[in-house]
Formats: sequence, C-alpha cells, structure tokens
Amino acid sequence: MDRFLDISQLSVAFPRAPVPVLREIDLTIRRGEYVAVIGHSGCGKSTLLNVIAGLLPATAGGVVLEGREVEGPGPDRAVVFQNHSLLPWLTCYQNVKLAVDQTLSRTMSRAARHDWVLENLALVRMTHAKDKRPNEISGGMKQRIGIARALAMRPKVLLLDEPFGALDALTRAHLQDQVMEIHAQRGTTVVMITHDVDEAVLLADRIVMLTNGPNARIGEVLEVELPRPRDRLALAADPRFVAARSAVLEFLHARHANPALAAA
Amino acid sequence: MSATTLGAGLLAPARPAAFWPSGWVAGLAWIGAAAAISLLPDADDLGRTQELATLAAGFGGLVLLAALGSTLSGLAPRLARLREAGPWLIVLAAALLAWELATAKYELLPRPFFAAPQSLLEVFTDDYARLGESVWRSLLLVVPGYALGAVIGFLFGVAMGWSRIVGYWAHPVVRLIGPLPATAWLPIAFFAFASSRGASTFLIALASFFPVTVLTWSGVSAVSKAYYDVARTMGASPWFLVRKVAVPAAMPSVFVGLFMGLGASFSVLVVAEMMGVKAGLGWYMQWAQGWAAYANMYAALLVMAGMCSGAVTLLFRLRDRLLSWQKGLVRW
Repeated sequence: MDRFLDISQLSVAFPRAPVPVLREIDLTIRRGEYVAVIGHSGCGKSTLLNVIAGLLPATAGGVVLEGREVEGPGPDRAVVFQNHSLLPWLTCYQNVKLAVDQTLSRTMSRAARHDWVLENLALVRMTHAKDKRPNEISGGMKQRIGIARALAMRPKVLLLDEPFGALDALTRAHLQDQVMEIHAQRGTTVVMITHDVDEAVLLADRIVMLTNGPNARIGEVLEVELPRPRDRLALAADPRFVAARSAVLEFLHARHANPALAAA
Repeated sequence: MSATTLGAGLLAPARPAAFWPSGWVAGLAWIGAAAAISLLPDADDLGRTQELATLAAGFGGLVLLAALGSTLSGLAPRLARLREAGPWLIVLAAALLAWELATAKYELLPRPFFAAPQSLLEVFTDDYARLGESVWRSLLLVVPGYALGAVIGFLFGVAMGWSRIVGYWAHPVVRLIGPLPATAWLPIAFFAFASSRGASTFLIALASFFPVTVLTWSGVSAVSKAYYDVARTMGASPWFLVRKVAVPAAMPSVFVGLFMGLGASFSVLVVAEMMGVKAGLGWYMQWAQGWAAYANMYAALLVMAGMCSGAVTLLFRLRDRLLSWQKGLVRW
C-alpha cells in the first residue's frame, strides 16, 4: 500500500493534563487522497491537524510524510486556518506573494513567481480583488485567499482546518465546489477537519471518525465510494450518498453522542 | 422634522452649494477689523499698525475672492475644504478686533504683559532672523535626539517583545527608570556631558526612548499567534517572523509610542533650552522675558506651537500612509 502520509501510534498530551487529547492514532493516507476527519467539538480534530502541520509536537508516536518524519512546520504541509489568518497589512496579492517568495524563491525567477501568484489567485477566482486588503473583502473571499496562499506553496499535503465553518451556507457550498475542482485539477493530497457531515461525505474519499475526547481515538473509517466529479444536486438523492451520510450521523449521534451536549 | 428634510440635510455637504454665506461674512469681518485697526488712533506709540491693517484687509480680500470663486462651478470643489473653515474665519476676525481694541486702542489690559497684535507683527518683521535661527537651533537639537531615542527604543522594544531573555533583564530596568521624567536627569546630564548640546540630545533621546520602547514591546507581545503560525507553516526563520510578522503587526502600537515620545522630547527640549543651552526657541523665550519683551515671548510661543503641531502632523501623515490597512485610527 502507498504510505504517503503515515500517522502511527500518535498520542498528544498537553502539559499538566492527566489524560491525553489523542491516543494511539493510526492512519495511512494515499497520495492524492481526500481525507475528512470528523468528530464533535473538543475531540481533538484540530490538535491532530496541528501535529501533522508540525505546529504541535507529538507526545508519542509520530507523523511520516514521504518517508521523512515531521519535526516542525514546513511548506510541504500548507494549512488553511479556520480564521483565515491573512496578514491584515498586506493586500491579497501580497499575502500570497509572501508565501511564494518564502517557499519558492530558490526554484522560480521573480517573474515566474509573480505569474504563479496570479495563477493561484485566478484558481480561486479572486483576481478581481488582488489589490484589496483583507478587511475590505468578505469572509468567503478571505478563505479563498487563504486557500490560494496554501496552494501557491506547492504543498505535498493541504491541511484544511474547518475551512468553511464560519461561512454562510451558500458561500460554503460554493467554496466546497471550488475545493473539489482544485483537488481534481491539482491532485493535491488533502486532510480536512470538519464537523459538517454533508461536507465530509461530499468532498472526501475517506471519512475518519474520532471518538469523543479527551483520550480520543479513531472510532471508525468510512470509504466514500462515490464517483468523481461529484455534483451536490445529483447526489442529494443518491442512495450511496444517503447511506454514507446516515452511517456518519449514526456514529456521531447514536454511538458517540457529544457528552457536553448531553449534559446541557 | 420630517424624514425628507432630514435626508436633504444629510446629503447637502456632498454637493457644495454655490453661495458661501459665512465666506462673505468672514471677508467683510476681516476688512471691518482692518478698518478699525487703521482708523482708530493707538493709545500709545506703537509700530506696524498700518501694516497689520493692510495684512488684515488683504486677508479679508482673499476670503471675499474665495467666496466669489465658489460661485464658479470650476473652482467650487477645490474650495470645499475652505468653506468648512468659514465660521472659524469669522470668529478669528472678531478675536483680532477684540484683542486690538483691548490692547492697542483702549489699553484695557495691563501692559507690558499683554502685547498688542501689531507688536507681535513687529517682532516677526524686525526680529525674524533671530527667531528663524532659534527655530533652526531647536530643530538641530530635537531632531537628532528624537530620532536617536526612537530608533533605539524601537529596537529595544522589539528585542524585549521577542526575546524572553532580553525581556527578563530589561523589563525591571525599564519599569524603574522609564517613568522617571527625563528632565530629572538634567543636573546629571549637564555634569556628565562635556557640551550642553550633548547633554540635551541625550535627554531628548531618553524622553522619546521610553514611550517608544514600552509601546513597541507591548505591540510585539500582543501579535496574534495565528500570524506566527501562518508564517511558520511557510517554513519561516525567526528573523523572517520578526521582520515580516512581528514588526508590521506591532506598527499601530509603535506609532502611539512615537507620538507620545514626540511630545516628551519637545517638553525636554524647551526645558533644556531654558536651563543650559544658549540657543533655540526656549532660550529665545527666556531671553525675551529677561528683557520684558513680552511680544517677543508670545511670538516665540506661537512659532513653537506651529513647530510642534507641524511635527505631530507630519508623524500622523506618515502613519496614515503606512497604516492605511488599520481601521479606527486616532484622528489628528
């Protein structure tokens, strides 16, 4: 089997916490695969993503990308953050350019980098706003710039941390379609954290379901065998889509109901 | 008030009306003041009365010209900002007239503590060389001192905010020494430095150093971790994080420090010039007071106000240019 991104026996504990957040996570991801990680809030989804990104150290076990262990953050694993995290003093173009200059200046000429920035802005259809500052554009647009910035670094893995969580339903659907398109076009491996069941089923090849934290483990992994390209309208009534959706819902709400919500 | 008239009232400033009533009133008020200055006899032997009247009349004429110009559609947009100053121009004419009457014409206020407007004008026409040189000497003292303090304070603040070790050692020192007014060092500085110029530069630098350090430090410490995370996923080096993330993110705070430091350095400048330095506007004021030349003192005060206000305006212009991304800035 293709062991492109290999997470093995990964446990993460925060200092002074008696129970680890994540325990003995084992997950192997193929090249070009789209994996969604789903679970209730507080289960450690984002922690898992931060460890893959190298922003948090693993307590035990580890992450191996293409045969090399992850020891810190690096441009081969680009992150799209939930709160977009664009630098407010730079324009959209400059935000993407900063990432490109930082990661590709050794391999690309200045002119080629400029073109590459514009190409990535065009990919997320944000060329029109390239000279605007983040506070002049909408939340959905900011997130698209965040995606363009991540993709422009030519990462081996694209890590999406609830990228559409803060957006309204229509914008979210639009961006999901764009991400599917980009995934088809660039073939980038994607790990996406989400709490939206429909989003996971629609976008992912595999859905990894985490049990409730702390001490969260992988409860179940579901293969989504829907042909690509996927169309949200046609799939809504597709029995395979409906089956996958109810399997995830079953896991989240029947077998691993959120203890915090139950208490409330 | 009905909704329509309210709406009309809100829309009015966008389309400047052709007629500028306060402009006409202001122009006539200035000419009226000029007539009073020129025609009423001075109570004492004062110079430059007719020159003052000419200036006031000339200014009134210019305002009337502007009022006439704003009826022409081509000039109206350019005069839009001047139109806002209309009420101020009227009040200033009235104030000048009141000042003239109370001092030069009827001597209602005790002389020589209250100088007549033409006496101030006389200072500018007769003593402009010495005033100009004083401004130049003050600038020569305050600009290098302020720049030195600001640069060192900025670097020190970044280092304190960025490095835990620097912060650990520097923080208590800054906390203890910083709030001490720079003027408290005056006796030590004049004793420790060979020249009064060196001592004053040091004191001015010290005065601007403290606010710039503290606000740069707090700005750098307050930078959102999310920005660092973004840069770190790009594989950024610590130097890159400082240069491209910490410093730009801290700039709004740095400018508050620069503003406060500027005020502090002017304050030290004046004290230093009054205490030891034998040049500059502070010295000029001290010297004028020694000769009971109160008109000269007021003139110097006016020049100093212009200088300080100009410097702050310059700083705010620079900030607005650099920090156009930031919303809700303090207005100047």
